[in-house]
Amino acid sequence: MTSAIAPIGLMPYLVVSAAMLVLGVFGIFLNRKNVIIILMSMELILLAANLNFVAFSSAHGDLSGQVMVLFVLTIAAAEAAIGLAIVTVYFRNRGSIQVEDATMMKG
Amino acid sequence: MTPNAVNWSLAIPEIGLALSGLLILVIGVLQKRGEGFFSCATLTIAAFIGCGFLVALSPDGVAYAGTFVNDSFARFMKELALVGGLLATVVTVGYQGEARGTHAPLPFETPILMLFSTLGAMIMASSGNLMTLFVGLELSSLSIYILCALERDNVRSSEAGLKYFVLGSLASGLLLYGMSLIYGYAGTMDYAGLLTAIGSEESPPLGLMVGIVFVVVGLCFKLSAVPFHMWTPDVYQGAPTPVTAYMASAPKFAAFALFLRVMTGPFGTMAPRWQILVEVVSLLSMVYGALAAIPQTDIKRLMAYSSIGHMGYAMMGLASASAAGVRATLIYLAAYLVMNAGVFAVIATMQRKGHEVTTIADLAGLGRREPGLAAALAIFMFSMIGVPPLAGFFGKFMVFAAAWQSHLYALVAIGALSSIVGAYYYLRIVKVLYFEESAEAFDPPATTLLFVTGGMSAATVLFILALGPLMTVAQHAAQALVG
Repeated sequence: MTSAIAPIGLMPYLVVSAAMLVLGVFGIFLNRKNVIIILMSMELILLAANLNFVAFSSAHGDLSGQVMVLFVLTIAAAEAAIGLAIVTVYFRNRGSIQVEDATMMKG
Repeated sequence: MTPNAVNWSLAIPEIGLALSGLLILVIGVLQKRGEGFFSCATLTIAAFIGCGFLVALSPDGVAYAGTFVNDSFARFMKELALVGGLLATVVTVGYQGEARGTHAPLPFETPILMLFSTLGAMIMASSGNLMTLFVGLELSSLSIYILCALERDNVRSSEAGLKYFVLGSLASGLLLYGMSLIYGYAGTMDYAGLLTAIGSEESPPLGLMVGIVFVVVGLCFKLSAVPFHMWTPDVYQGAPTPVTAYMASAPKFAAFALFLRVMTGPFGTMAPRWQILVEVVSLLSMVYGALAAIPQTDIKRLMAYSSIGHMGYAMMGLASASAAGVRATLIYLAAYLVMNAGVFAVIATMQRKGHEVTTIADLAGLGRREPGLAAALAIFMFSMIGVPPLAGFFGKFMVFAAAWQSHLYALVAIGALSSIVGAYYYLRIVKVLYFEESAEAFDPPATTLLFVTGGMSAATVLFILALGPLMTVAQHAAQALVG
């Protein structure tokens, strides 16, 4: 079977996607500034998984991975919309979207 | 019947619930601003009850080319989720009835979002494929993100929504990444296909192990099991009380349904490898839930730690990786559903001049002000400790017995110890209710809340009568899963 990713193989795809995952996770945990950056990091994590799905789908010659990516893209759009709506509501109440200001409740 | 048959009639309960949700949304939009709440809530309750009957009548089988499975386990979990959603909606109606003070009433979308979230929970319980798993999970979670932030003028509510959204989507992302690795190993997303691909593996490769760990992490997060519990106290405290009541029921059952199905199904042959992971998570949750609850002063926060602990006990059944363990977990969840709905119905009555008050000190002397409510709350607290013959006792007894049969003696010992430590903070509430100077009176409680409280305290006391039939149903459900 001729695979679309044959010329360079599976490994580079997996490395790029792992790098995107690590960037996304660090973007969420090390970022002390802005909530919007967290939203961007979350998209990065979802895209890392998508890249994996597409690469594996091509390597296995199985279409279900690509179908999954379509679902994930749709869900990611819904998630971003809800996330931005929540950030807007939060900004109206608190007057700031700094991560370190989200400390009304702790313990 | 061909394996690729659509066979959509199996999904009639879900299809019916989705369509009625959309219809109720239209009805809500067509009414005058701020007036649609009660009609929408009533219709949602009707939809939950109708869907419950449809689930009970739905036959066994596989639909949509193997992505959707209906068996006695799925039916059991769906009924639990529906009852949880129903009780939370009734609590919402009661809470709304009292909200005539200055705090903004909840919008008419509240019950509808609970309906859609429950729909996601049902899809999760029926998943036969990683795709259905993810879509169901996201439908359930996205609705809850909105529900948390619904009190738009309340900074605590929007902070709770923000925190849950950030950590929840991180968990979904990790779960998805884990799923992609599992797909890469097996080349299929069907549970049946995964089982054949993994079943024969002597030494599973690193990628597969990492994938499974990521999936476990994502599901533990949704269950709020330690060490993925950090969102729970803040979100429980900040979200409106009916939403907290909802979050502690249906989504937890759905996450447990997924956890049990995935772990005993496609990854069942790897049980010796993941068992230790589940044991550690269960142990940490029990101990942390018991210790961290002690210094709390807010009742909703206290219930958050209590739910962390309860998830630990319920997980003990899964840790034993046997049919008896799965049955014990199912009974535990049924008992938890009853006690939890009752406690939150009492918390929803805690309002002064339409303002929600949630500190434990506000409950002082409730035994003299509202003897009925106080007695019910005391019953729920004793049940959560596990005093026989209340509902909580049977759940705890069965998970301990199942873990003992699987030779997890250390887990049982630590579970019993943390149960004793936990008794301290539950008893402290009973002491506050009866033996302290009376605090200022609450607003008169709504009839619906009294109805839920009364019903649930009766169910907690009389759980023993329903135990026989419940055991039979749970046994069937466990056998459908483990065989």
